[in-house]
Amino acid sequence: MIILGRFGEIGLKGSNRGEFERRLLRQVRARLPKGAASQMRGGQVLVQVPDEEGERTVEALTHVFGLVGVMRAVAVPPDMGQITAAAIELARSARASSFKIAARRVWKGFPLTSPQINADLGAAVAEATGLRVDVHHPDLTLAVEIRSDVVHLHGPAMPGPGGLPLGASGRAMTLLSGGIDSPVATYLAGKRGLSVAAVYFHAFPFTGDRTKEKVVDLCRALGRYFGPLRLWVVPFAETQVAIRDLCPAPFATLLTRRMMLRVAESLSRRERAGALITGDSLGQVASQTLEAMTSVGEVAELPLLRPVVGLDKDEIVAIARRIGTYDISIRPYEDCCSIFAPRHPRTRPTREQVREAEAPLPVADLLASALERAERLLVQPAGSGFIEP
Amino acid sequence: MEIYLDNAATTQALDSVASAVADALTRRFGNPSSPHRWGIAASDVVGAASGAIARHLRVEQDEVVFTSGGTESNNLAVRHLARTKRAVTTAIEHSSLLGALDALEGWEVVKLPVDRFGLVAAGDVAQAAEGASLVAIGHVNNEVGTIQPIAEIGAALSRLTPKPAFHVDAVQSFGKVALRPREWGIDTCALSAHKIHGPKGVGALWVRRGLRLVPLLYGGDQQGGLRPGTENVPGIAGFGEAVRRLDPDAPARLARLRERLWTGISAVAVRNGPPAEHAAPHILNVRVDGLPAEVLLHALEQRGVACSAGSACHSRRPEPSHVLLALGLPPEAVMSSIRLSLSSLTTEAEVDAAGAAMVDAIASLRQMLHR
Repeated sequence: MIILGRFGEIGLKGSNRGEFERRLLRQVRARLPKGAASQMRGGQVLVQVPDEEGERTVEALTHVFGLVGVMRAVAVPPDMGQITAAAIELARSARASSFKIAARRVWKGFPLTSPQINADLGAAVAEATGLRVDVHHPDLTLAVEIRSDVVHLHGPAMPGPGGLPLGASGRAMTLLSGGIDSPVATYLAGKRGLSVAAVYFHAFPFTGDRTKEKVVDLCRALGRYFGPLRLWVVPFAETQVAIRDLCPAPFATLLTRRMMLRVAESLSRRERAGALITGDSLGQVASQTLEAMTSVGEVAELPLLRPVVGLDKDEIVAIARRIGTYDISIRPYEDCCSIFAPRHPRTRPTREQVREAEAPLPVADLLASALERAERLLVQPAGSGFIEP
Repeated sequence: MEIYLDNAATTQALDSVASAVADALTRRFGNPSSPHRWGIAASDVVGAASGAIARHLRVEQDEVVFTSGGTESNNLAVRHLARTKRAVTTAIEHSSLLGALDALEGWEVVKLPVDRFGLVAAGDVAQAAEGASLVAIGHVNNEVGTIQPIAEIGAALSRLTPKPAFHVDAVQSFGKVALRPREWGIDTCALSAHKIHGPKGVGALWVRRGLRLVPLLYGGDQQGGLRPGTENVPGIAGFGEAVRRLDPDAPARLARLRERLWTGISAVAVRNGPPAEHAAPHILNVRVDGLPAEVLLHALEQRGVACSAGSACHSRRPEPSHVLLALGLPPEAVMSSIRLSLSSLTTEAEVDAAGAAMVDAIASLRQMLHR
């Protein structure tokens, strides 16, 4: 079976194009079974897989960043008779009552022009199948792409995520909490070409191992897009207890987040990550005011990316559902970190106030202790999208 | 150290139970409905199990219907061809019973309050049951271990005309608390195997002879048509073995162990629910004020002790337990409550070590939290 993958903006990227195409092809190949072939061809990814692998492969390829559409295609020689026969069969197998033909002549040597092909093929298919031609609102658009050596016919494309191929923009460290926002932020960053490693702060016994399991499951779900995902599990109860013991309560959340960023930044060096990703959004909770973001973010030298900052909660939830993280994120294991949350958090702190509040905290020791005990996992993707090497 | 004190959630199967299951899977694997000797061997397994249950309950063997467990038994038991659409239960029942009652279309379900020990008064039940078709009550509460006065309630219901059907959810009491369905005026009684060291996925409903229930499933005529489908012979074999292994001395021993456990932790915890004389011997519910139950649970797990907050079926939903709320505990106390539950495999040494682990866990958590 032939599968075509269409990409969007990477087609536009002048001199980097070769690099982008190589990355895209690498992601496609990671999802192909033995005996499959793949290549770049005329601005599309062309994949050949054994028929019995077709459905699984199409599904897997709809998770490749950079692809905007994935479709099954039929290949025939550039001969009007064979094109017609293939078009009739495709139209018959589709559940449609109206159709149109959309021919594109890449090879101008083909004897008929595109409008002529549309007209001739449309008439032949209508007569053979009884389907109605409707050029404005067809149930089925049958695309016909004509090259000198082969003609591809295909129906509608399954939507891919679009964006840029994984790794094209570099690598980043993402802070996963187990909530709804951070997986979506990770996905959106990945969509813009960032490969990721993840870090999760585990405050056992204040959070249970079920929460850790939840974060692992989120990584598995994200793995459909990212492949096997590196996950750092950082024990964090010690830090939280120290903040509670040594620092003024209204600053506890901000100071906790500063420590998280420091740990994440240290880990980014090991992961060669050039940015940090968080699920921060503006104004949802006390720690998400501009002032709070400023005084938290100042501890990191790396750029802090907050991909969901422009989204409303509804929009975040819609993406989470689409990428399959929502149902995992809403599993209701009790997060007892709330016992560390101050009753009256400071919402508009100045940097000086935050630094002063942090002064009694043995930052370097806590950081070293957390890093030393951090656990490093490699989480395999959910589903059957990736082929074991 | 591995100490399992979550036996009200489920128990470890006995080795002899596992052998009985394996034997039914590999040797006596016939279909009990088949006429040949393979089938007869399998139906003997089923017969031996229902016989063991019947002897234990002092009822007739053919009154025992095997099901997939306590939940199915409770669901089947409420399906009466009723005169009135009114049922009476209590506020502290297990979700499988409350859920089954709430699913009865067009029925009014009266949920009687309980006192601070979790007890419902027989007189209140009888009064509410006037004009009702069904009274459904758990014998032993799964979270706090309260033993309801089932004999008294049965007697009070028998004085009503017409007498409502009386269903008892005996999942937590079977094997631990005296249960005499026939003498106590009970009509149906739900049992489960995995609470008594049997396999999961098998239970039974005792149905008093002559009582008609509406099946949940339709199909063949197995088990009198009340529960069609080829019997779960391996599960039933394991259930039968677990019942045969029930030790009449176990309840007294469990009660001593429970008090020993309580003695070990009474300096750091507060006991919820009934005093010892009204409590099933295997359940101890306590709270540690100021410590969220989940945190204590994780700290205990770290020290090798398994127990639960509320009932296991709810523990993925961190809502305060409806049972403890019904006993009048404030929500903060409910969220700080844990359940320790014993089995006949629990030893004195385990109970002592678990008590010490709890004292240690609480001390270190309090130090962490300055509470």
